[in-house]
Amino acid sequence: MAVRSVGVVSPQRMVFDEPLRLKSGGVLPRYELVYETYGELNAAKTNAVLVCHALSGSHHVAGYYEDDPKNIGWWDNFVGPGKPLDTRKFFVIGVNNLGGCYGSTGPKSIDPETGEPYGSRFPFVTVEDWVEAQARLADRLGISEFAAVIGGSLGGMQALSWALQYPERVRHVLAIATAPKLSAQNIAFNEVARQAILTDPDFHGGDYYRYGVVPKRGLMLARMIGHITYLSDDAMAEKFGRALKHGAFRYSYDVEFEIESYLRYQGEKFSRYFDANTYLLTTRALDYYDPAAEYGGDLAQAFARAQARFFVLSFSTDWRFSPARSREIVSALVHSEKPVSYLEIESKAGHDSFLLEHPHYHAAVRAYLNQVAV
Amino acid sequence: MSTVMTPDTNETVQPESALRFDLAAIARWVQPEERVLDLGCGDGALLAYLSATKRVVGYGIENDVNRVIACLDRGVNVIQSNLDQGLAGFEDGFFDRVIMSQALQAMHNTQGILQEMLRVGREAVVSFPNFAFWKHRKSILEGWMPVSESLPHQWFNTPNIRFFTVADFTTLCDLLDIEILEWMGFDDRHQPLPPDADLNFLATLAIARLARR
Repeated sequence: MAVRSVGVVSPQRMVFDEPLRLKSGGVLPRYELVYETYGELNAAKTNAVLVCHALSGSHHVAGYYEDDPKNIGWWDNFVGPGKPLDTRKFFVIGVNNLGGCYGSTGPKSIDPETGEPYGSRFPFVTVEDWVEAQARLADRLGISEFAAVIGGSLGGMQALSWALQYPERVRHVLAIATAPKLSAQNIAFNEVARQAILTDPDFHGGDYYRYGVVPKRGLMLARMIGHITYLSDDAMAEKFGRALKHGAFRYSYDVEFEIESYLRYQGEKFSRYFDANTYLLTTRALDYYDPAAEYGGDLAQAFARAQARFFVLSFSTDWRFSPARSREIVSALVHSEKPVSYLEIESKAGHDSFLLEHPHYHAAVRAYLNQVAV
Repeated sequence: MSTVMTPDTNETVQPESALRFDLAAIARWVQPEERVLDLGCGDGALLAYLSATKRVVGYGIENDVNRVIACLDRGVNVIQSNLDQGLAGFEDGFFDRVIMSQALQAMHNTQGILQEMLRVGREAVVSFPNFAFWKHRKSILEGWMPVSESLPHQWFNTPNIRFFTVADFTTLCDLLDIEILEWMGFDDRHQPLPPDADLNFLATLAIARLARR
């Protein structure tokens, strides 16, 4: 059978009335999660796979909407009939994380206490909180155990966290282009992005909704910085080099080089649909993630309670979460005698590689998932 | 023919007779529930067999992406790595046994990898083609580089870069303070040679069990 799209999909919504106590000490008394599913849950409910999204991702992992056919899921090349995560075998779930801006309860949602958007009052959320909320969604869907939890980048951190928070509920973890915690350099980039937003005059301490504005310039700058870290030096050189927008210098601060045009375009586009508070919260969740911290920095000890099998993937030119960071995860898993496989994919595309089609990458995931029993 | 299902995977395991003869010989040295590292593990056949029959905690190291994918496909733990860069990331003495089957002759860093094997492992097992096998000697005497089952390539396309004999290997182990605990040798009909045989003359493939002295 040919590889094809999952086709028309529609998001679903689940309301949770049981309060969620967050790692930051905050509480969400009531919240909603928006999610999508692809494929069929089998009778024994053993074929469910959770896909965790990264910084700017959403529950819309694959397929497209009937009324918006151009809105294709962010990992459509990966999830579908005949694709590496094959929906003929697996029941795949994508969830928009708490604090998000695609429909799950987040800073722009209405706080029932005030009748106004949460804004600055939205509590800090962590990777562990997201996993907790995802677990509650799984409970409601009757899924006691995932065949696999899969994620790239920040999504990979959630996949790892699943194996530690709910060891008995996840059989396989695929952690792609991720790290066991951020480096100082990673945090530094996040901080510059946050400062761009926080110092935008339209930010209003996070309560910009009230003023009918958004910190567009800050969010645009944050995204531009992000994009630099997603691409490799090689990929930028190949795609843009020093190509000029107008053929010759104009001696101005307007766009001279194609790379500037690209970054401005990406930043501007992003600032039109993404919520600045979500960006702040999410980069902070990245900064805070460090499962080894409560074990004195000993990652192997942190993994001791995991029961899953692991597949760790990295990309050769990814410098945001370099192959060395993935190897830290692999070493720690070996040291705690956990089943783990590791592959570094030769790719020019930097961190972005995890979202792209690559024959070895997809063949490896396909092979790994092929031997996952359901 | 009985098959065994490995836990959590769909992989069915072949009996020992389906293993390549030298891998079957190596497998007999492995004790149940050992921690095993297989360097240059290829498609993972040995590890799949060992985890199903001896419940080993096993990991393979392989650099070739297509072989890594073959391992993934059969549910074998495989870690992609270039062995010429050593075994950084693995703890001292973590493994009971570190295996390298028919790969040493293709390594640049021969001494380094032997020492690394016995840094991370209590014992090491190395198998290699013996260039001094009598038919290889005859070939050289007749004026041609040997080509045989254990040396299947022509001189112009061989991946092998180290050409050594059982005697040479013994000398290197001595130099590196490595003790050879046991030898196994096979003739070119895959038959095991008696323990007191002159392996340097009669073995086309030799397997040594090693420990730090």
